[in-house]
Amino acid sequence: MNGLSLFASWLSACVANWLFSRIDKPWVPYVVPLVFGITVLILWEQAVYKFEIPTVILPPPSLIAASFAGNLSTLWGDFTQTILKGALSGYIIGCGAAFLTALLVDRSDYLRRGLLPLGNFMAALPIVGTAPILVMWFGFGWQSKAAVVVLMVYFPMLVNTVAGLSETSAMQRDLMRTYAATWGQSLWSLRLPAALPFIFNGLKISSTLALIGAIVAEFFGSPTQGLGFRISTSIGQLDLGMVWSAILVSALSGTAFYGLVALAERRMTFWHASFRGGR
Amino acid sequence: MTRFIPPVLGMVLALIALWYVAVVPMNVKEVLTAAERAGVAVSPPSAVERRDMGNWALVVRNTHALGDSWSSDRPKLPAPHQVLVELYDSTIDEEVNGRRGIVKSGTLSNRSLVYHAIVTLNATFLGFVIGTVLGVGLAVGIVHSRVMDMSVMPWAIVSQTIPIVALAPMIIVVLYSIGVQGLIPKAVISAYLSFFPVVVGMVKGLRSPDAMQMDLMRTYNAPTSAVLWKLRLPASVPYLFASLKIAIAASLVGAIVGELPVQKGGLGARMLAGSYYGQTAQIWAALFVAAGLAAVLVWATGWMERRTLRKMGAKP
Repeated sequence: MNGLSLFASWLSACVANWLFSRIDKPWVPYVVPLVFGITVLILWEQAVYKFEIPTVILPPPSLIAASFAGNLSTLWGDFTQTILKGALSGYIIGCGAAFLTALLVDRSDYLRRGLLPLGNFMAALPIVGTAPILVMWFGFGWQSKAAVVVLMVYFPMLVNTVAGLSETSAMQRDLMRTYAATWGQSLWSLRLPAALPFIFNGLKISSTLALIGAIVAEFFGSPTQGLGFRISTSIGQLDLGMVWSAILVSALSGTAFYGLVALAERRMTFWHASFRGGR
Repeated sequence: MTRFIPPVLGMVLALIALWYVAVVPMNVKEVLTAAERAGVAVSPPSAVERRDMGNWALVVRNTHALGDSWSSDRPKLPAPHQVLVELYDSTIDEEVNGRRGIVKSGTLSNRSLVYHAIVTLNATFLGFVIGTVLGVGLAVGIVHSRVMDMSVMPWAIVSQTIPIVALAPMIIVVLYSIGVQGLIPKAVISAYLSFFPVVVGMVKGLRSPDAMQMDLMRTYNAPTSAVLWKLRLPASVPYLFASLKIAIAASLVGAIVGELPVQKGGLGARMLAGSYYGQTAQIWAALFVAAGLAAVLVWATGWMERRTLRKMGAKP
């Protein structure tokens, strides 16, 4: 394929997408990004051959796909080590602890005023920097990765949940008081539902943070498997197909993870303004 | 303001107290080994037995031998004052009294945290500027073109689920192997991390003028560019600044992570070096400097936000 046909294929995909976007059908929002993604892959593949880019710098998608298919068992091991053991356990512990702290903070005004500025401050920190310390404390196994993830997701989750719990209006709270509702009752039937959009926002932010934390922590020491370990060792061997396969695994699991949380959000906060049609 | 100072101060003091307490069980094994070598009786006497015991149990049985917990040379967890001493040593002391400090040699010492912080800041700023320009440009495109909105936006979201931080070492090493090194690769990673919040915030901001305002522009027969310059962009400023605060913190993280693989200065390199040589106080000091930088950068962005909004006539 020469440069002209490369340009032609890009142009035709462009025009196709432009035409698609004029149509008002429910399948359009799926097809347009798909065409865009496929076009990028084709251009990438062709550009690598056309300009003879060394595979060490940018391997073509076909090579990545072959390497991915050829190393499924290794990648599955890496997936369980990093995502299931490291990221997921840290995510659950961190978000759970943040939620419980938020309930505590909600009851005590002193804690709220003291902890929230600290929480905002800590959320802006490069928590990634704690990875070497935590690996030193908890060893090379998945526990240290989970600890890094806990630290990374704790404060975003806390700040969001606390903001959510104070989301109700004075009128609504007064209504609960006239019903003589206990703290638990007003929490369960008024403030938790009102906080759900915020909680899910925190959960969504945390889902990507969890992956990042688990993978970065592996650069500071890991057993002989895990996505971070695979990436750093395969770079050493200049096995770029394997590196990109590991990245593909993390991208797929990250998207799936985020998608699951977003799906749960859609099911549980269907009443919220942002889901009631329009944007 | 005064409403917040006492509780925040209380929380900080509580955290420091907790830290001092935690230092004891964290360091107990090393401290007891040192005490045993110095001839103090510890229980149980053999290191093998101690290895298998819980840290708290050791603390309870050896309260007499724990005096060194807060001053051991290679602690697992350094005490707060040790971190402060390290901070002083590697900033002021190094620059004023060090062999290569700014006082003796006229240039910043490459062993001081000031030097490393400046290396990191350079990459942070360059990445932040690239990311912001890209993000704003992309947002303007997305708002004006339906096909761009439909094809780019989903992929921008997917791109954020790829842990770029995991890609960072590869990007750096690959760019290094083709001769691009120094500031640019780190800035690329910073830019990648900071562009997404800007895109999302700007798209929201550019769409924030309500139908009434848009209709007014239409009755003026205003061209698209005038709508952009006179209505959409001014309306998006509050959203832009909210995003910039997130973006600058993210680009600092990007710069630090970008420094991990190529050990040529910067706070990230400093942390990794500390982790290699077991210098925990050094890691903590670098972490504190990074934390301080993040706080200052976010605060400075907030300050600029207040100034800009006031100049634009928003409420103070």
